[in-house]
Amino acid sequence: MEVFANLAAGFSVLTWFTLALAVIGCFLGTIIGALPGLGPSNGVAILIPVTFSMGLDATSALVLMTSVYYGAMYGGRISSILLNIPGDEPALMTTLDGYPMAKQGRAGDALVLSGVASFVGAFLATLGLMFLAPLLSRVAYSFGPSEYFALYLLAFCTLGGIASNNQAKAALASCIGLGIAMIGLDNTSGMPRLTFGHMHLMDGVDFLVAIVGLFAVAEVFFFIESHGKGSSIGVKLEKVRIPVAEIVKCRWTMLRASVIGFVAGVLPGAGASLGSFLAYTVEKNVQGEEAGFGKGASQGVAAPEAGNNAAAGGALVPMLTLGVPGSGTTAVLLALLMTLNITPGPTLFTDRPDVVWALMASLLIANFVLLAMNVPLVRIFVKVLQVPPWVLLPGVTMVSFVGIYSLSGSYFDLLLMVGFGALGFVLRKLDVPTVPIILGILLGNHMEDSLRRAMVLSDGDWTYLFSSPIAVGLWIAAIAGFIAPMYLRRLVKRPQMVTD
Amino acid sequence: MIASDRIFGLVVIVVALGYILSATQIQASFMADPIGAKPFPIGIGIVAALCGLVMIFRPDPEPDWPEAATLLSLGFAVAVLVGYAYALKPLGFLIPTAVAASILSYQIHPRAVTALLSGPGLSAGLFVLFRYGLGLGLVPFPKGWMG
Repeated sequence: MEVFANLAAGFSVLTWFTLALAVIGCFLGTIIGALPGLGPSNGVAILIPVTFSMGLDATSALVLMTSVYYGAMYGGRISSILLNIPGDEPALMTTLDGYPMAKQGRAGDALVLSGVASFVGAFLATLGLMFLAPLLSRVAYSFGPSEYFALYLLAFCTLGGIASNNQAKAALASCIGLGIAMIGLDNTSGMPRLTFGHMHLMDGVDFLVAIVGLFAVAEVFFFIESHGKGSSIGVKLEKVRIPVAEIVKCRWTMLRASVIGFVAGVLPGAGASLGSFLAYTVEKNVQGEEAGFGKGASQGVAAPEAGNNAAAGGALVPMLTLGVPGSGTTAVLLALLMTLNITPGPTLFTDRPDVVWALMASLLIANFVLLAMNVPLVRIFVKVLQVPPWVLLPGVTMVSFVGIYSLSGSYFDLLLMVGFGALGFVLRKLDVPTVPIILGILLGNHMEDSLRRAMVLSDGDWTYLFSSPIAVGLWIAAIAGFIAPMYLRRLVKRPQMVTD
Repeated sequence: MIASDRIFGLVVIVVALGYILSATQIQASFMADPIGAKPFPIGIGIVAALCGLVMIFRPDPEPDWPEAATLLSLGFAVAVLVGYAYALKPLGFLIPTAVAASILSYQIHPRAVTALLSGPGLSAGLFVLFRYGLGLGLVPFPKGWMG
């Protein structure tokens, strides 16, 4: 099998140093995931500039950041279960049964069960990634500019469709991002565009500045608004043991949820939140009334955790093979790749197999490290929840500043970051999603390039955009992905969090 | 009366029109391609303006804006961060960071003691972490102080 040979090559690239980075990444990631208000996208975003300043090579940086990414997905459940506050958005569904379970004095069981479910989901998804990604990259190899243009459109439509309750606002967010991407020198002609004569804008707006501002700095403003409320004391963790019977009982639940989560993750734009939501909903229907979903059912803890971790792995498939991220955090990881001068896409698998397969190998290792950290060592992370927000949030801000400052050394970028923070606060208040903005800044120039190259190939004939069956299929999927949520939203109401 | 979305929609339209206008000013280059450097930004502006129109005619329910006092303290936080951005280079890392972190900490949890402890603590802790843990070249104090 080709996959295994590649994987073996991937393992051989790893050194003790990269393994140590994977362990550090898993540890940091779990903390980031566990802390409410510091989700995976925030965490990865503030760590990217810091990683760069350390001067790591591509493989090491990628191993570190994907370990953080997987770790954050594991960690999100801890505060869901103990505090009834999801550590990150995908962990929302875990509060539904995790917190009731903890209130019944089974917090330890819930943490271990969800840890094992996270492992099953993430492990299966990593296997799925290894087999599916090379196949998909072979298909994508035949993509021309018109297919790529349609693919980018699909990413914006589906991501926007899911990210907001209002399609106009989601579309606007994409436009803001794309509009910002246009600033700077035009790739094709080399002429400055929309710089308003400002020297600092000739290079365009650095997407890291935008990401850290929109995610991390905006979060600080939200905490100032709420005065750090919502970080109340939760349920105590009495004892941690391995609930073997519960794990065995949930084996099919975990498998089903992993498959559902993986598929949801692969779809561009859908991401981990949808994965955990679908996994929970399907499992609730499969188990029926007597399972007691919402009152501390063990399947209700296993399903969303397996689902969201599987989706996290699945979301790497389109990001690596097509260069189109499947979720907010993978958008941030895409930013990482681009800064490392690695162009994700079908050519990645032929041009940089060392990077791809070392990444896969490290994901497998990260999974086992995370299982160890999140089952026997889970108490350490429970302690982390006690860090008060009045230390944590100023700390996050300062790390963001140092990260961006050490990258560019210019106060202009810092001011821009604060500006993005304020913008992010206002936009989120108005229910305008910020993830499409990031995607727009990341993909804007690629999207325009593919459009212009398509026009060069066809000598300005617009029908060329719809000339291949794949392109037409992508256009139809894009339109459906944009329109469908308007109708589905009425049918499927997201369940509210338990409030008592 | 739903105001926020309508006002925002209007702002979006004005900004989008300004964006389109400046996109029409983009200079053509000798390296011509069939559509050039203008249409894509102009298209983005048009779609954004349409989104603004939708917001004016079909606004969402009013979001819960913070009250005046909170808005003021948010404005102050922005001012502090802007000041911090300007101060970082001339004044070194330690002092501006301690001041900015203290103020932010006080704004999240209004207790003078915790704020005064956490600011300098964070500043010193992060400095050690960045300078010696990660090897970043941070300057601790204003240049004149180090002789």
